[in-house]
Amino acid sequence: MDTLYYLIQNMLPVATPLLLVALGGMFSEVSGVINIALEGIMLFGAFFGALFVYFIQDSGLNPQAILLLAMLVAALAGIVYSLLLSFAAVNMSADQTITGTALNMLIPAAVLLVSKMSFNSDGITTSVNFYIQKVPVLGDIPIIGRMFFQKTYITVMIGILFLIISTIIFYKTKFGLRLRACGEHPHAADSVGINVYKMRYLGVSISGLLGGIGGFFYSVGVMDGNVNGHTGVAGFGFLALAVMIFGQWRPGKIFLAALFFAFLRTLAYSIPLIPFLDNLNIDSTYYKMLPYVATMVVLAFTSKHSRAPKTVGVPYDKSQR
Amino acid sequence: MENRGNLNNKNKFNLGNIFKTSGFSTLMAALMAIFLGLIFGFIIMLIAKPSSALAGFRYILLGGFRRIWDVFYFATPILMTGLAVGFAFKMGLFNIGASGQYTMGMYFALYVGFMWDLPPGIHWIVAILAGLVGGIIWGFFPGFFKAFLNVNEVITSIMFNYIGMFLVDMWIQNNSTMYIPNMARTAYLPKSAQIPSLGIPGSNVNFSIIFAIVIGIILYIVLEKTIFGYELKATGFNKHASEYAGMKGKRNIILTMMIAGGLAGLGGAFAILAPSAIAGSSVTYEPVNIIAPNGFTGIAVALLGNSHPLGIILSAIFISHIQRGGTLTSLVGFKPEIIDVVIAVIIYFSAFSMIMNTALGNFLKRKFRVKKHKLAESIDNNTKEKD
Repeated sequence: MDTLYYLIQNMLPVATPLLLVALGGMFSEVSGVINIALEGIMLFGAFFGALFVYFIQDSGLNPQAILLLAMLVAALAGIVYSLLLSFAAVNMSADQTITGTALNMLIPAAVLLVSKMSFNSDGITTSVNFYIQKVPVLGDIPIIGRMFFQKTYITVMIGILFLIISTIIFYKTKFGLRLRACGEHPHAADSVGINVYKMRYLGVSISGLLGGIGGFFYSVGVMDGNVNGHTGVAGFGFLALAVMIFGQWRPGKIFLAALFFAFLRTLAYSIPLIPFLDNLNIDSTYYKMLPYVATMVVLAFTSKHSRAPKTVGVPYDKSQR
Repeated sequence: MENRGNLNNKNKFNLGNIFKTSGFSTLMAALMAIFLGLIFGFIIMLIAKPSSALAGFRYILLGGFRRIWDVFYFATPILMTGLAVGFAFKMGLFNIGASGQYTMGMYFALYVGFMWDLPPGIHWIVAILAGLVGGIIWGFFPGFFKAFLNVNEVITSIMFNYIGMFLVDMWIQNNSTMYIPNMARTAYLPKSAQIPSLGIPGSNVNFSIIFAIVIGIILYIVLEKTIFGYELKATGFNKHASEYAGMKGKRNIILTMMIAGGLAGLGGAFAILAPSAIAGSSVTYEPVNIIAPNGFTGIAVALLGNSHPLGIILSAIFISHIQRGGTLTSLVGFKPEIIDVVIAVIIYFSAFSMIMNTALGNFLKRKFRVKKHKLAESIDNNTKEKD
């Protein structure tokens, strides 16, 4: 039972960045823009978030307050960086996959360059402890309290909040409906007076916001508040894309998919704690591969009847029919 | 990706028209992207360390000429991964998995190099072929997933990059012949498994650069002169039309990805089987769970070369040149990562430099046409006056 608590407590901080970034990818893709740059956006957000923490950590502020402020910085950084993608994809009708790849390559190199030249290291190391031993009141609830409100990060609760907000925007607002129309049939959307270019800019910017926050939450929940240019975000941006496809571009399913992937990853790194699996004596590398292999298996079964937005990846051209 | 023009202006050889050909405009587009990338790099250097920015920038531009043979040596693997990406591009597939295929090819080559006992003169050839096989196997998966299960090849390739990297690192670490734990590196390869050197003192440059260039030329012939190449480009141009015309799309997808994988695998073999300029040693591999960067550089090489095999040969040498220059910038306090930044910016701009160029071209043409028009009007007026 202790192992189960341990797994859940460790799984949630890992699931949060996956959830946020996958939701971001969803907003971008339903508006019609493939956002393969999520990996880069995450690292960009994480870098600026950690940089902010680095400069403010000695000011004596409450760690949770620092985290919230840094989250805003990371969100802003993510939006700014995603504008590069919107500009290329919406204004210049560029190939979105190539642009995204370029943006992914730029950031690790830039992070390494800046960190090596200014900090003489491969990244940023911060010393603030964001860990929450126990949330007051809520942490005392039997079972649930121990599962969700002990030994955790505030990021988990913020992640759930973003999930709820995203679901409402996606299903219940005029904006959400218009956004989806731009990905399904931009010409029809245009004919009823929706500005497709503006909508796509907004879709990508939302993904930048969520991607930046997700990246910072990755550095908080997985890397102990540090950022490293070599390992970056370890493919979480790409995993998030897989989560999004597995979740069939719908917030609720994306949430479940994120939990599934996070569980596999946590399991892979907790083998020594689980006697049953530890006794099998399988090389730990196989467990590390598990999330990636699982992605392939899942995609193999779900992609045949994919509900991807119809015109995702196609630049919008008013003069075409 | 812009291969549309190539299909229809093949047989025109008019010197006067050369500025209007698609080849010329893609060249201009590539140069424009390079120019913008370098400018961006220079700005970054100015911000980072204004005092030595100019000296560092001079190293980037000209430093490679000092080590011209090393430029060729380091161009070999990225030339192969560039071909791997570019070849798949021609079919409309984005092979971001060149890294995994490269790593797999490298492992297969290493395995033959260490574990098989073959006579010298044959050993390295078999090791290279093993690299080819390794790459083909790793290229098969994205092709298969794309053709039969409708999974986007980008996601598949990325996942197989990670799977391949983890597998290879594990295999190497578990093999006591290959791996020296206290060095955390692979052992030195036996001499018979190393590709013969070109004999330039102080440089690792070897015959593989010649093989790579020959392979590039063969690919050019395959693409331009064979039915398979034609089908491939046709499928890349319009998937539905080519299928309607009876081309086997699924088979071609898998075949293309296998060939692309094989090319990247050869790149891995060429990289790891290279002889070392220091006697008694060889190139080694460090299994540290990092995805091979040469695969990603291959994307830059392919885009810059407009996915054209001959263009890729040139762009690989160019990128290797600025990379060598980039390592020299550390002499004036910069870090080699500046080149990765420059390369990323070049890719970013090359994704839409064609459009920028067209816009610029149209603008100039309009200006030019207005002038011509006025000239014609004035001539008209003159003739009227004479009447």
